[in-house]
Amino acid sequence: MDIQFTEEQELLRSSVQRLLRDQYDFEARRKIVASEEGFSRKQWDAFAALGLLAAPFSEGAGGLGGGPLSTMIVMHEFGRHLVVEPFVETVVLAGGLIEHVGTPEQQQSFIPEIIDGSKIWTLAWTEKASRFDLANVTTRARREGSDHILTGAKTMVIAAPWADYLIVSARTSGDDRDRGGVSLFVVDRRATGVDLQSFKTIDGRRAAELGLREVRGQLLGAEGEGVAALEVCRDRAIGALCAEAVGAIGELNSATLEYSKTRKQFGTTIGSFQVLQHRMVDMFIAHQEALSLMQHLSLSLSAGDAGLSRLASGAKSKIGYAGKFVADQAVQLHGGMGMTDELNVGHYFKRISSINIQFGDPAFHVLRYAQLDAAA
Amino acid sequence: MELKLSREDAAFRDEVRSFIAENYPPEMRVPNPETDLTKEQSLLWHRILHKKGWIAPLWPKEYGGPGWSVTQRFIFEQETSRAGTLPPLAFSVTMVGPVIYTFGNAAQKKRFLPRILSGEDWWCQGYSEPGSGSDLATVRTKAVRDGDHYIVNGHKTWTTLAQHADWIFCLVRTDPSAKPQSGISFLLIDMKSPGVTVRPIITIDGSHEVNDVFLENVRVPAENLIGEENKGWTYAKFLLGNERTSMAGIGRSTRYINKLKQIVKAEIPAEDPAHLEFLRDIARIELDVLALEATELRVVAQMARGIDPGPAASLFKIRGTEIFQAITELTHRAIGNYGLAIREHPVSANRFMPGPDYGHTASEKYLNARKLSIYGGSNEIQRNIIAKAVLGL
Repeated sequence: MDIQFTEEQELLRSSVQRLLRDQYDFEARRKIVASEEGFSRKQWDAFAALGLLAAPFSEGAGGLGGGPLSTMIVMHEFGRHLVVEPFVETVVLAGGLIEHVGTPEQQQSFIPEIIDGSKIWTLAWTEKASRFDLANVTTRARREGSDHILTGAKTMVIAAPWADYLIVSARTSGDDRDRGGVSLFVVDRRATGVDLQSFKTIDGRRAAELGLREVRGQLLGAEGEGVAALEVCRDRAIGALCAEAVGAIGELNSATLEYSKTRKQFGTTIGSFQVLQHRMVDMFIAHQEALSLMQHLSLSLSAGDAGLSRLASGAKSKIGYAGKFVADQAVQLHGGMGMTDELNVGHYFKRISSINIQFGDPAFHVLRYAQLDAAA
Repeated sequence: MELKLSREDAAFRDEVRSFIAENYPPEMRVPNPETDLTKEQSLLWHRILHKKGWIAPLWPKEYGGPGWSVTQRFIFEQETSRAGTLPPLAFSVTMVGPVIYTFGNAAQKKRFLPRILSGEDWWCQGYSEPGSGSDLATVRTKAVRDGDHYIVNGHKTWTTLAQHADWIFCLVRTDPSAKPQSGISFLLIDMKSPGVTVRPIITIDGSHEVNDVFLENVRVPAENLIGEENKGWTYAKFLLGNERTSMAGIGRSTRYINKLKQIVKAEIPAEDPAHLEFLRDIARIELDVLALEATELRVVAQMARGIDPGPAASLFKIRGTEIFQAITELTHRAIGNYGLAIREHPVSANRFMPGPDYGHTASEKYLNARKLSIYGGSNEIQRNIIAKAVLGL
């Protein structure tokens, strides 16, 4: 199994590569991260102009019909360049939910503004006590006319300070941890009753604690069936995050290999020491395996295979552990330099650490992988 | 684990315990003492210990040490680290002090030792250079004799807390023609000398702990040379030995494990399968600590009988740092989604930080702890030392 890219996919990949090579080197990224807003509208517009924000959407929804494979291609390159702009949040999470569970009116109203880059979205599902459980929701929503009124709090909402719209999970019935009774709502980030406390994340992005007091929201998808929608959405997000992680792992391996061939100690390059050679061989193997699983998952996502969700958890775990191993060793082999903010290695380390938390850490997903097997 | 203490030693332990409880400055109890204290604040405890005569447990009595036995020193180390007190600046007290009283001349001892004890002088370590990390013997910073001075030129790096330092002890090359180890001297340099520039290095946790130190035509009085010219490597190795024995960090690890247990209890409900996983992972680390502590106690007992542990000290560095890294990783995992947040430096109470207080430093500690397996001789180098010097390979 090795993906042979079509001409269109190859074109997508080379155009993302060219754009990032020309406009998103490490210094450019550093400036973006240090800026007041913490991300670049200019880059976001460039992504839109290149069609990246349209790539995974179906043609019927105004997209390019590239599906999960186009997401994989884009995110793999984004991982190599540590892109901070909220592609996963806007296109994969929010865009995916709107396309899959939204009404035709919602699709027509929201998707074009995602594709042309004019609106940024994110998903607010985590709560103080939820950890990685999509069904653990205490935020409540009650119907009022054609809308719902939401009250509660969400935590660690990545990209919320940048977002125009939020998709918020809230309980319309049931108890705090019931699988049923969770619904999804579109909330205007600037609506009355929305309170944001913003902060920086470990990987140089922005997030917020989100307070909701009597906030008006528009139902997205069937009432009470939000968890099922979120699960499908999480599988696709995992596909995207795995591709991003693999991109970062590849860059760390190249950088470490290069360093070990040039850094001299004890009168020779450190790459000539057998203990470090074996370490780098293990890093190489970890990358190869991660790359294969990434492709396997993306193909399954495209085909909508049975057992997909279990595979997604398996890949999240395996690639997560691979990323952790490679990132640890890349810092270690770079010595003190690996600890500095100046070198990119530490930033890949932090991005991989962050990916390993989002939607569940490797330990959570290996357990889920086991549980889904037992349940089958 | 407790040593089986004699009645006198048990009384000593109680005395240390109550002295800490009664005297440790409350203003030093900040979320992360290593980054959140000003220079003045971090010296408060140092001054209290100095007044008590306990600042330099390792030093012989004639130079201002307390005259403790090996066991008493161990008890003191254990009690202070269990209580989470900020250790006195190692570069001053543990490192350069012993070099000065062991290899320095009478004038140097008289001039420098009292000021180290009192905390008046803050020392930093001028060892590593951009081209000399693990391979320290290749230092290129040059010191050329010019009458009764040396003219020093070079670039030191990873210099911890140089931004606060009054003095730097440097390895400098005085004989470029000799074999690497034989042409090095140990020189004390006043940080206020013209030509000394400190440039911050920001690390991946966002903190400013280490620095580059540039030395450009710095004139250093020849009287600041320790011991003999070109014998610096001997003194450097002596010093590194002292650095490594203090790296098991049992007290600190025990403290962090206890905190981790509280976090797991608060964050992960008992019915969540992850709870049991965390308990198992924590138990494994506890067993690692127990085994290392037992090893340390065994070595302390041997030292009390006059047996030098020698290169086995590398074992403590390797396991102590691996254990602490594992604890910080597990703590970072335990706080779940809050692990995505990190405090901004310089730290300010006015900046919003999400999540419960106990998680606020988890990310920065996790990132910062990556340095442990690199500095003080990387763990790869420590394994080489054991392979060569202990196993004879």
